[in-house]
Amino acid sequence: MVSTTTNALETGTSGIRRLPGQLLRARLPWVPILILGLILVCAAFAELIAPHDPLAINVLNRHMAPGESASHLLGTDSLGRDILSRLIHGARTTVIISFVSLLAGAVVGTVLGLISGYFGGWVDAIIMRCVDAALGFPTVLLAMIIVVFLGTGTINIILAVALTFWARFARMARGDVLAVKTQDYVTLARITGVSTPVVIWRHIFPNVVNTLTVISSLLVGQIILLEAALSFLGLGLAPGAPAWGIMVAEGRDILIDVWWLSLFPGLAITIVVLAFNFFGDWLRDTLDPKMRQAQ
Amino acid sequence: MQKYIITRVGQGIFTLWALTAIVFVSVHLTGDPAIYLMPIDASSKADYEALQRQLGLDKPLIVQYGIFLKNALQGDFGTSITDRRPAMDILASRLPATLQLAAAGMGLAILVGVPLGILSAIKRDSIFDKVAKIFAVVGMAAPQFWVAIMFILVFGAIFKVLPTFGRGGPDSFVLPAFVLAWSIMAGMMRLGRSSMLEILDSEFIRFARVKGLHERLVLWKHALRNSLVPMLTFGGISLAGLLNGAIVVEVVFAWPGIGRMLLDGVQARNFPVVQAAVLASGFFYIAVSLVIDILYAYVDPRIRYSE
Repeated sequence: MVSTTTNALETGTSGIRRLPGQLLRARLPWVPILILGLILVCAAFAELIAPHDPLAINVLNRHMAPGESASHLLGTDSLGRDILSRLIHGARTTVIISFVSLLAGAVVGTVLGLISGYFGGWVDAIIMRCVDAALGFPTVLLAMIIVVFLGTGTINIILAVALTFWARFARMARGDVLAVKTQDYVTLARITGVSTPVVIWRHIFPNVVNTLTVISSLLVGQIILLEAALSFLGLGLAPGAPAWGIMVAEGRDILIDVWWLSLFPGLAITIVVLAFNFFGDWLRDTLDPKMRQAQ
Repeated sequence: MQKYIITRVGQGIFTLWALTAIVFVSVHLTGDPAIYLMPIDASSKADYEALQRQLGLDKPLIVQYGIFLKNALQGDFGTSITDRRPAMDILASRLPATLQLAAAGMGLAILVGVPLGILSAIKRDSIFDKVAKIFAVVGMAAPQFWVAIMFILVFGAIFKVLPTFGRGGPDSFVLPAFVLAWSIMAGMMRLGRSSMLEILDSEFIRFARVKGLHERLVLWKHALRNSLVPMLTFGGISLAGLLNGAIVVEVVFAWPGIGRMLLDGVQARNFPVVQAAVLASGFFYIAVSLVIDILYAYVDPRIRYSE
């Protein structure tokens, strides 16, 4: 009896332990990983990599075409700011906003999902109705309402994005909890007097980790697109800030003569989202082949 | 079935109610609407108090919410701050443009996405399949506002073949509808391909082939019908994407619809207009997903019994 219990406990937590091995055995998607690595390096060391200050105005050099000058490889914008440097600093904006809002949404959603699935009853009913309400609503609209009433700024965008995505985490976490909470090792832990938070954290949460990793990686692309759309609509950061969505908007009115203003930042968004989507697909197929059909 | 419909309608009403509460609370949390509504020239304290009384802002918050809800139910969302027209009138004048654009986008997504997905499955791993896959993958990753701008550059400015501004004849629908539909089309293609592949691999198709049925009959009669169901569901889910996209697309193509009304209202802090636009799109979205869910439960009995 004792030995069965320890075995069961081990299987319960093996989700995390097995993870690196599983990932290493699979063939890695090198191109997406390289692109994402590049973006992370740009975000971390933007000051060192960028050839110019992204905010430095030099009206004499305005509207330089890409390749026109060796020091401005991708050209300059209407205020003579270097596009390449703005793109590199824009990577930081994108990475910070999307990761912090993903993390916030994931934490809130997972905690609520765990609570909802574990306790059931009226707690579950209330949380799930909120999830339905949040899911039953277009993301841009919801984010817009939040930004309108809270104002623009980094924190508010993060809040807006997190509030539109938490429900997906809650729903997935709840589903996983329902699947494991009747397992023998959970019941045993409960009977032997392990406190509820410890049961949830030690015995239930590890089973949810794989799903959460997959969901997160699949959602990053959507989050980046939402953040970019809000920035483009002028509901994101302050005008002039180095964010890709804002840069596309800045080139909109002078599109015909100065096409490179909108082209490059949009390309950057597309490539990064593509890389995240491929990486997410790969992660899903590797960690959780069952989800292939569910998606 | 009846129980399922009642539960689902109840959920829809709850979501809509939650939306009115969010909108109402947000307006009142973020400052005094009377300040936004004050004419610039009249700013004495007496004027302000008179306006507060006129707007009912001196009453308790819960009473105000009741009045707001009652008026909203009767289609009265207040008067636009900028041009003093009832917000409902503005909404009514903008609604057709958005509905037409949404219908065109959805039609395009279905008419192009479904056949392309099925063809990719039939011609698996061919050049056609690969090109279709690239088309789908890029469609899901490229931001709509950027695609729209690049299309304006290419088709409007360089080749000058399509109108890029406002709502006119049928040709003015081409670019906005395509931009709106691309990501949904991409989803339809990928889903259509995978569900068709799965079905082509199933026992009953193998049996139909073994039986000696003509390949065309196997594909078009046995396989196609069964692969359409998941795509129908996806059509329902992508409605949210359609509304999200409509805001961006309307802004870029200067389309006179609700999306632009919403953004204009937001920028001018024109709350009655924002409320009307948000509640109308919320209502539209909730109502359509309700209808789709019920239709789907009708088609697929597994859903209504699992609830």
